[in-house]
Amino acid sequence: MLYREAGQFRSTYAEDMQIFPIRQDRIALMLLLAVGFVVVPMVATQYWFSALLIPFLIFSLATLGLNILTGYAGQISLGTAAFMAVGAFMAYNAQLRIPGIPILASFAIGGLCAAAVGIVFGLPSLRIKGFYLAVATLACQFLVLWTINRVPWLTNHSASGVIAAQKIEILGYTFDTPASKYLLTLSIVALMALAAKNLMRSETGRAFMAVRDMDVAAEVIGIPMMKTKLLAFAISSFYCGVAGALYAYCYLGTVEPEAFVLDISFRVLFMVIIGGVGSILGSFLGAGFITLVPIFLNLGTTFISDRFDIEISHALVSNMELITFGGLIIFFLIVEPNGLARLWQIAKEKLRLWPFPH
Amino acid sequence: MSVALHQHPRAHPVGEVLLSVENVSLSFGGVNALTDVSFDVREHEVRAIIGPNGAGKSSMLNVLNGVYHPQKGTIRLRGKSFHDMVSHEAAAMGIARTFQNIALFKGMTVLDNILTGRNLKMRSNFLQQALWWGPARREELVHRHAVEEVIDFLEIQHVRKTPVGRLPYGLQKRVELARALAAEPKILLLDEPMAGMNLEEKQDMCRFILDVNDHYGTTIVLIEHDMGVVMDISDRVVVLDYGRKIGDGTPEEIRGNQAVIDAYLGVTH
Repeated sequence: MLYREAGQFRSTYAEDMQIFPIRQDRIALMLLLAVGFVVVPMVATQYWFSALLIPFLIFSLATLGLNILTGYAGQISLGTAAFMAVGAFMAYNAQLRIPGIPILASFAIGGLCAAAVGIVFGLPSLRIKGFYLAVATLACQFLVLWTINRVPWLTNHSASGVIAAQKIEILGYTFDTPASKYLLTLSIVALMALAAKNLMRSETGRAFMAVRDMDVAAEVIGIPMMKTKLLAFAISSFYCGVAGALYAYCYLGTVEPEAFVLDISFRVLFMVIIGGVGSILGSFLGAGFITLVPIFLNLGTTFISDRFDIEISHALVSNMELITFGGLIIFFLIVEPNGLARLWQIAKEKLRLWPFPH
Repeated sequence: MSVALHQHPRAHPVGEVLLSVENVSLSFGGVNALTDVSFDVREHEVRAIIGPNGAGKSSMLNVLNGVYHPQKGTIRLRGKSFHDMVSHEAAAMGIARTFQNIALFKGMTVLDNILTGRNLKMRSNFLQQALWWGPARREELVHRHAVEEVIDFLEIQHVRKTPVGRLPYGLQKRVELARALAAEPKILLLDEPMAGMNLEEKQDMCRFILDVNDHYGTTIVLIEHDMGVVMDISDRVVVLDYGRKIGDGTPEEIRGNQAVIDAYLGVTH
């Protein structure tokens, strides 16, 4: 009943082209931002910030990056973790070697270096597609980690290859508490998500989707294939690079190259698939599902065993969590192969008509 | 017949030669798809290419917009010749086309599909677009206006926000025509625009093609199997058979051409 667009008329194209043309959606977004920026910092505990919220936001950003490449431009990549590693290590080097550089500029440099690496490893996409491209991007994963391990300059000659992220300071304010790091991450993620949405609803996004859906037709109507594919790789890797820098500075603190193994690339790919291929919202839903559900399952099992005073072994608890998690993934993929974002969209369409079926 | 369907006087009378194909030969390995084909297309005319299956009609269209590169021969646009032109260069020169099997972007809405047709006219860069700022925003609005005009013209207002994958076949064909038209082409290449349509849809499509020709003055080159349609709407017809040109002329001349009758319309054995 509440979610109706009746009476909301749009009389100009500008109104029709808003990101959220329906008033209720705009109100909901404002509420969500208010909760994120004001309510959460007041109520959340240290544990919430550093174990739940910050990794959720960072993985949302990485998923957003991969979604631009895989979901919108249709190019499969398994190099996400490598792009994140480039972002993290180059942000570290920028901060280390350029005196007086603002931390946000270092993050941007990290992102730009990742974009450059992304363009290089995007070159095979001009010739190969699908699974073969995925395997080609796998090379990026191994080559980047190998380089970081072998070139001492990148880790500032640290013997173990581990770097310690410098402290984050913006305009004299030091971001050292989990809450302040959370707010910094949230701000960056929110702005970059807005930019991604704007890109995807304008010419660049349409060119990406055209290449994804029918590349021959895209070329015939004048979309340059090479530029479009490489731009997709560059933008996607930039997002992943910034996510990697945030992962190092706001989450891990001390970073070893092995923090960016292939496993992370797969996790981000699963987030894209479960959240919704080709959806900005889906990136957040997918990242939320994969980072938060295991923790809630853990809390749930602990709660049950405490409440009913059942003695459950630790091994059993962790195995139960894995089983439930796997089951949930299969359940959601069968119910809606297009991801959580599509489920949400169907729910909204139903809600607009409720209580009538049509 | 063609006289009857075109409005008189035509807003854009048939003019000078716009596009000429000179001695084009195309082969794939040992198979000759086109052999020494020459014809021309005049400005503002409706030019049909007909022929039995496998005659090389679609190959001819693919040569015209740079998807295939002929081994021999030249294509001249306004007297300027082109070799090994790639398809997005052809698009930039004002050649748009539709495909025999619909080649729409299935995951995008009708509106977005048609907007992609205007990509060559967009000037803002991706940074401006990411900020939805200044030129990028203005451009989106200007092109939305232009696209809405095409949508009105082809009468598809009711489906503008629908993903094209969900539309029936006849409407998809119309959306594809809209996407080609959005580019404001000089020459429009239509590969079997009426294939698989019922009589009513064919009549609609004929009307749209003639309207496009009349309203925008677009030169049209079309491949079609329905003889009634071809004879009714085209100014001149080229007939191909086994990759060779066997006839060229007005519908009346083609109707009386013995070689064409033998090869295409059939002879009694």
